[in-house]
Amino acid sequence: MGVQYGFSEQQTEIRNTMREFAKERVIPARAELDEKEEFPHALLQELGKMDMMGLYIPSELSGFGGGSFDFCIAIEELSRICIGVSVSYAANALGSYPILLFGTDAQLKKYMPPIAKGEKYCAFGLTEANAGSDAGGIQTTAVLKGDKYILNGTKQWITNGGEADTYTIIAMTDKNKGARGASAFIVEKGFKGFSFGKKEKKLGIRCSATRELVFQDCEVPKENILAREGMGFIVAMKTLDTSRPGIAAQGVGLAQGALDEAVTYARTRVQFDKPIIANQAIQHMLANMATKTEAARALTYAAARTIDAEEKDVSKISAMCKLFATDVAMEVTTDAVQILGGYGYMREYPVEKMMRDAKILQIYEGTNQIQRNVIGAALIKEYASMK
Amino acid sequence: MHIVVCIKQVPSSIAVKTDPATQALTCTGSDYLINPFDENALEAALVLKDSDKAKVTVLTIGAAQAADVLREALGRGADAAQFISDAAFDGSDAWATGKILAAAIQKLGDVNLVICGKQTFDGDTAQVGPSLAEFLGWPCVAFVRKIALEAGALKVERMYEEGFEKIALPLPAVLTVGKEINTPRMASLKGRMAAKKAQLAPITAAALGLAPETVGAQGARTRLAKMAPVPRKSGGIKVDGSDAAVAAKTVVDKLREMKLV
Repeated sequence: MGVQYGFSEQQTEIRNTMREFAKERVIPARAELDEKEEFPHALLQELGKMDMMGLYIPSELSGFGGGSFDFCIAIEELSRICIGVSVSYAANALGSYPILLFGTDAQLKKYMPPIAKGEKYCAFGLTEANAGSDAGGIQTTAVLKGDKYILNGTKQWITNGGEADTYTIIAMTDKNKGARGASAFIVEKGFKGFSFGKKEKKLGIRCSATRELVFQDCEVPKENILAREGMGFIVAMKTLDTSRPGIAAQGVGLAQGALDEAVTYARTRVQFDKPIIANQAIQHMLANMATKTEAARALTYAAARTIDAEEKDVSKISAMCKLFATDVAMEVTTDAVQILGGYGYMREYPVEKMMRDAKILQIYEGTNQIQRNVIGAALIKEYASMK
Repeated sequence: MHIVVCIKQVPSSIAVKTDPATQALTCTGSDYLINPFDENALEAALVLKDSDKAKVTVLTIGAAQAADVLREALGRGADAAQFISDAAFDGSDAWATGKILAAAIQKLGDVNLVICGKQTFDGDTAQVGPSLAEFLGWPCVAFVRKIALEAGALKVERMYEEGFEKIALPLPAVLTVGKEINTPRMASLKGRMAAKKAQLAPITAAALGLAPETVGAQGARTRLAKMAPVPRKSGGIKVDGSDAAVAAKTVVDKLREMKLV
């Protein structure tokens, strides 16, 4: 409230559109979707009709043509109400960025319009059982045979797995070259030899679909390689640099949502004949929550603007906003549960879910320890080049 | 196929207050929204647009801020909007409102179907739809829960408290709908952006060929004598049912006392 971030008229409209959608459609659905662990298909379909699924996709590919900042504003508003729905929404962008950043004209024209319209979902497959933070440990292989690559291996914990039609997959084309032996591919649901594992049971973001992707002699047409052989690691890193402000925006939105609940409760909960917000102990907690949330928002917007300004290397600022905003989200949601006390611990109130959902933000798309590594490496590089 | 949807800006339910002197609804400074049943009417028209390539025009009568509901409707997919606004319309009752809307619809010339919400959130009369149908001389079915367009004619279902009627009627026609018919869509981002730029010049009484004394408070055929809050229903009498025999006797005694048995 009252902080000016210089939104354009379009950005104000994006915020209002997603805010109204979240309030009208997601609030009534979120607890049940979480309880039933049901993928929010109907909500995503409606977002498609509202131009929101293609927000970050260029208009010539049937998208809205928005930038990183625009997309962060939309993710923030959705995350304020439900991270499970917002990750199902935002993971489409994570899956799409490899195509948007490295795709040929033919790949862009074939794969992006249905995603932009919400007709198809998208997912990104990097993580494996032995390759989490260490992407160099990827064991899925891709071998060129004639006009096809043959993929073998298993991707783990893939968001939108099974629900998506289009997958961007990192696999090793030359195991001897380490990171430089990785390549990126576009794989369609229905390709021979491509199947899915069971839906994972999770602490939070329960309505989102998380599955294994299983490749058994999966046949991928040669033309579905992104960039060229050996570029897979670069495709993955550029994708994550671009997508991280989106995770930060999830943190900002979630923290704001928890703050909303905490202040509303503290104003109405009466103990010792006065609302608990009259206690300085509570006020100071809320003040810290609000200050950190605003700081996270400012840093996230700064990162998104930096990406939109087409700054060459965005790794550091991108990692910083992801690290800071998601740590803030964990802290603020935990404090919100504390302020709501026993009620906060019960499922009748939304804050226990918010706290469960917050944890994944510190883990996925690079743990916050890895973010610190990225920032550290950037500092070393930056200061070494200064002398 | 040209469908007109009549919509009204109403105060949101939380913000309604009454003037203690006149008992009239005062809406100053409150939040406004599209009358909820009008949202259903718009959605019904947009569904027909999706399936039968109809053109949808929304109409509203109101002061300057009422143009907001037209922009909302344009954002959801209406093709055109008519903002009917003139001080001469102030104080119109359902009869005068029907007359103004009918004049605007006649002026459009090529309208085949008019859909209205069954009643408004504020006035609550449920008269405007049938009233404008009368002025147009078109058939009208109120309280519709299902609309099908077959071979240029309509097949609709009219709701009753315990059931429904299937009615066939020719076009042009007027229908009024309730919330049972659909779930209104939300405006798209591109729609909202375009609606912001829409030019909505007020259409006056003169432009509709209406003499000022035939509309507004002067042209109204009804006058609001008094408004009062609906008395709350009493909670009834609760009988402790832990002992069936005692409970039965208490109920029978009570019924006898009330001379009902």
